[in-house]
Amino acid sequence: MFDFRIPLRDWVEAFVDFLQTYLGAFFDGFADVTETIIDALLAVLQGSPSIVVIVVLSLLAFWLAGWRTGLFALLGLFLVENIGLWTPFLQTLALVLTAQILIMIVGIPLGILSASSDTAEKIMRPILDFMQTMPAFVYLVPAVIFFGIGLVPGVVATLVFALPPLIRLVNLGIRQVPSDLVEAAEAFGSTGWQKLVKVQFPVALPTIMAGINQSIMLNLSMVVIAGMIGARGLGAEVLRGIQRINVGQGFEAGLAVVILAIVLDRITASFGKAGGPKTG
Amino acid sequence: MDRKPKIRTRNLSKVFGPRPERAFTFLKEGGSKLEAQEKLGLAVGVYDVSLDIYEGETFVLMGLSGSGKSTLLRLLNRLHEPTAGQIFIDDIELTALNKRELIEARRTKFMGMVFQQFAILPHRTVLENVEYGLEVQGVDKAQRREKALEATELVGLKGWEDSYPSQLSGGMQQRVGLARSLAVDADILLMDEAFSALDPLIRKEMQDELIELQSRMNKTIVFVTHDLDEALKLGDRIAIMKDAQVVQVGTAEEILTAPADDYVKAFVEGVDRTGVLTAGSIMQPVKETAHVRDGPRTILTKLRRSGLSGILVVDSERQVQGYLTSENLVEQLESARASQERLEMARVDEIVTVSEETPLQDLIAIASETSGPVPVVDDRQRLRGVVVKGSILAALAPTDTETDAASQEATSV
Repeated sequence: MFDFRIPLRDWVEAFVDFLQTYLGAFFDGFADVTETIIDALLAVLQGSPSIVVIVVLSLLAFWLAGWRTGLFALLGLFLVENIGLWTPFLQTLALVLTAQILIMIVGIPLGILSASSDTAEKIMRPILDFMQTMPAFVYLVPAVIFFGIGLVPGVVATLVFALPPLIRLVNLGIRQVPSDLVEAAEAFGSTGWQKLVKVQFPVALPTIMAGINQSIMLNLSMVVIAGMIGARGLGAEVLRGIQRINVGQGFEAGLAVVILAIVLDRITASFGKAGGPKTG
Repeated sequence: MDRKPKIRTRNLSKVFGPRPERAFTFLKEGGSKLEAQEKLGLAVGVYDVSLDIYEGETFVLMGLSGSGKSTLLRLLNRLHEPTAGQIFIDDIELTALNKRELIEARRTKFMGMVFQQFAILPHRTVLENVEYGLEVQGVDKAQRREKALEATELVGLKGWEDSYPSQLSGGMQQRVGLARSLAVDADILLMDEAFSALDPLIRKEMQDELIELQSRMNKTIVFVTHDLDEALKLGDRIAIMKDAQVVQVGTAEEILTAPADDYVKAFVEGVDRTGVLTAGSIMQPVKETAHVRDGPRTILTKLRRSGLSGILVVDSERQVQGYLTSENLVEQLESARASQERLEMARVDEIVTVSEETPLQDLIAIASETSGPVPVVDDRQRLRGVVVKGSILAALAPTDTETDAASQEATSV
């Protein structure tokens, strides 16, 4: 139509270069912190005998989500150990947990911010749409540019991908707190902080937990894709199976992902229900 | 009642929408609130309200939905920021306080608040809910527990302290809301349609309890309702709101007997007046009385002249001695043995008297048992006026003809 082509790709590349140049030190610092968390988690998980980890995780699932989940976790984790995927399983678990911690550190305050200000919500909504719908692979390349190959870019790409539902649901949950509850809190002389921690957050907790549950599921799906940029773990095993056209190997690794997903889902879903009795 | 204003509002207005001041010039130039809504996109919630609410009174804000009564209530503790005007509580100008001072003022001096939908926290037990106000003030745990237990007992929820709201009925949940406000020991209690969500029996029970509590505590209560019967029952004074403005302020009797305009008149139609109106407000002046020393013929003349079928007999201090029907008088005149000079008191019927404060509902019972009028007396038994059956009926039928019907009926006494 025109000879002139809008140089969008050049702009993006220039922007990435700009970030790399001026925020490089920040990214390095972030990478160090993330790496430290992952290493610490891995040290604990891998340092303990596998049987201890299996039993502890199963008991945790049993305690939080009931005997069915507990039993499922016990059998599932035993299977994973048995088929020799224990180390990648732990790596993936460490990656998921680290990413989830970061997601919550970033997502909950942003959700609260967007609930407390219509302007913030208006600004954030298109950004969240963008983050959620942009194909996840697209994040991987800049993540590698900023953080190099390994676990950290995996965490970062996961962060971008799994953050939106948490922000949205925290926002929704807090906005849905009945207005008379908020008014009551104010009428009795609550400060903004008291209103938030004593009324809004507890009342919104079931919705917030649903957000955490959603983000942890997206997080897990992304961690597998992160295998493509050198993140060790189950994702890398799946990828290896595909590359060798080894259906059995790919299936085993995929099944381990499913087991992890189910256990994490049941545990986080149970928190939402434990939000205290509700008014009818 | 002590006439010290507790809450004063001066030209208080609240307009919702962008650049709300535009509404004021628009309204001053003669625009209506509806036009302001349509042309400017501004909703006028409260417009130019100046009220004095006195210490210790129950002041009812009453109006239909959309009349601005709940908005006005929320202005009083600045849950809504006023667009214009001032609010004074005691000697403090509430509208001049900054955010921190406002929080402090809400905590230490003023307001408990009770909501239509209870607004109690689902994740807290009854006692923890009642403690809320004290908790945000930073009162230490033992002390706030003690106060909360006291308030919980006061509203009749002893034994339910550790229950969750979901385990309670609506009425009980509202008791929690009430206890929460009582626990902070506020001078002022704001109640927003507090009993409207309750079913009628529970509602009546809560109203009675509020009246009983108030008689002991003497707080300043501002009560919002759309139910006139509730307003008349609870309110020492009532402000009737229409289209964001207060159209009349007065006691229940003032509003029923002298509605300020057609709107209020339409409003008070069909209300149960028996508990509100008193003998004093519907009594008629006494046209003619017989004196105990009058002769029968004098009395007969008085009867003929006034066209009455009977007459009240009073002594020289105007204390009511009884009621003489024309039949009895004629009998005395026709009886040969009877004195023709002095009235025989034996022929005068005894009669029940009422005071000016006697409510209409008691008056109906008394009037139905006597044939004559019911004399209204002051505390020294002196005659002040009479209530005839006609005025009772007229008072029950709230129409323009109220006074006419009553005066017509009075002539037949």
